[in-house]
Amino acid sequence: MTGPATLDIADLGARIPDGAHLAIAPDYSGCAMAVIRTLLRRRIRGLRLVAVPTAGFQADMLIGAGCVAEIEAAAVSLGEYGPAGRFNAALRAGRIIMRDATCPAIHAGLQAAEKGIPFMPLRGIIGSDLVAQRPDWKLMDNPYAPQSRDPILLVPAITPEIALFHAPAADRNGNVFIGVRRELMLMAHAARRTLVSVERIVDTDFLADEARAGATIPALYVEAIAQAPRGSDPVGLFGAYGANEAALGAYAQASRDDGAFAAWLAGVDADVSQTVLA
Amino acid sequence: MSAATDIHMREILIARIATMLDGCGHVAVGASSPIPGAAALLAQARSAGAMRVSVLGSTRHNFFTDGGRELFDCAAQGRIDAFFLSGGQIDGAGNINLVGIGDPAQPKVRFPGSFGSAYLAFLVPKVILFREEHTPRTLVERVDFISAPGTSDPDIYRPGGPRALVTGRAVFDFSPKRAGFTLRSVHPGETPESVTAQTGFRFDTPDAVPHTPLPDADTLALMRGDVARAVAETYPGFAEQLWGIGA
Repeated sequence: MTGPATLDIADLGARIPDGAHLAIAPDYSGCAMAVIRTLLRRRIRGLRLVAVPTAGFQADMLIGAGCVAEIEAAAVSLGEYGPAGRFNAALRAGRIIMRDATCPAIHAGLQAAEKGIPFMPLRGIIGSDLVAQRPDWKLMDNPYAPQSRDPILLVPAITPEIALFHAPAADRNGNVFIGVRRELMLMAHAARRTLVSVERIVDTDFLADEARAGATIPALYVEAIAQAPRGSDPVGLFGAYGANEAALGAYAQASRDDGAFAAWLAGVDADVSQTVLA
Repeated sequence: MSAATDIHMREILIARIATMLDGCGHVAVGASSPIPGAAALLAQARSAGAMRVSVLGSTRHNFFTDGGRELFDCAAQGRIDAFFLSGGQIDGAGNINLVGIGDPAQPKVRFPGSFGSAYLAFLVPKVILFREEHTPRTLVERVDFISAPGTSDPDIYRPGGPRALVTGRAVFDFSPKRAGFTLRSVHPGETPESVTAQTGFRFDTPDAVPHTPLPDADTLALMRGDVARAVAETYPGFAEQLWGIGA
């Protein structure tokens, strides 16, 4: 039995090709920011992002650097830091395709992929203009309805080529501890390939401890791991360290101006140490 | 502290929304919602343990253990009684727009996106629409994009929907049968005429429209104490600005 490869973060990032269909975590749940910076430096092209289920800093940075062709998301925003400036500018200029969704439709699409089935029905949504924007969402009549007509929406499985996220720890076998962040488990189950950066690799077996095992993604879903201490800086990592508010505020401001963003990106390019961006 | 002038408008909104939640078993609060969040925590504080409140972004007030999907699965099962939605635009038929203005593929103005609105607006029995800015820009005759419709045809499964709209100027009831709003109360400093002038859609105005009640001394004490500290965990900037307390 061979476990996941252990790589440095540049090599982990190098496994993501141009044009990849890439699922990324929301800002509150394990963003692989250090790996994202390797993609920015590379000026990866043509990414098709799937936000699980909303996108923030990672997506805005990649969009600003011209790395993204399209994004599926229930929302794109920098949260309390305001609008996602590069996303908004790219959309207004017609440089990216936005596939607007709603949070549970993305969860349901990933759940369908997790089950290996082609679609998932879910309630609500009918009558939203989202349906008209999404020709891949279909209506059917509930075949189990006792009598009267009962229209229900179907969303297709979302099977990302790659899921990318950051987690607190991996064990020596490549099992990845995620705590209560089950959306990361869903991403790993749904994607064909899963790449994970972690704070640390621990010489133990998480699956041998029942309290840990339930909060652990088994190595069978994980292709490769890279150790990246403070790898979620500056957005922060649950249970480990908070957001670098000054850095996020500075980015948010830079995102709303072409020149300021170019200067910010030049800073990323120059920062070969892969440490915190101020 | 009890004179009307010492009560912040936001405290009036929090207290008013809290009274709409009294009696609910489970209230959930979504992203970027400090005033609804404070109202839910206030209602919980006086519920004698009868109310659950889950606040997105909180660690202490969040008991979900199955990832981002659990809130939505709970809502579809009828396990959530009240939720809050907002909109870049809200119209007189209760439709909300969280997507933008102009062609969605190349919008003039882009809002963040629909989040869970297109789903929760159907499934949560008591959806309270909240938008502090009450101007003809936010409260429009017809939204440019329907993230979530105010009402649905009778053959659509819809146990829930909007029941009220609370703004920085007034409180409205929403009637799904009429697909329209009725002015319920105006906040201090406003009149039905001033509210009408700032609203882009038509609504019913009863002959007598009272002022929105001010929170009483007990409510204020609770809000400024335990509730303020609980709010500060998730919304430190908001709690600091309104009540001068840190997390």
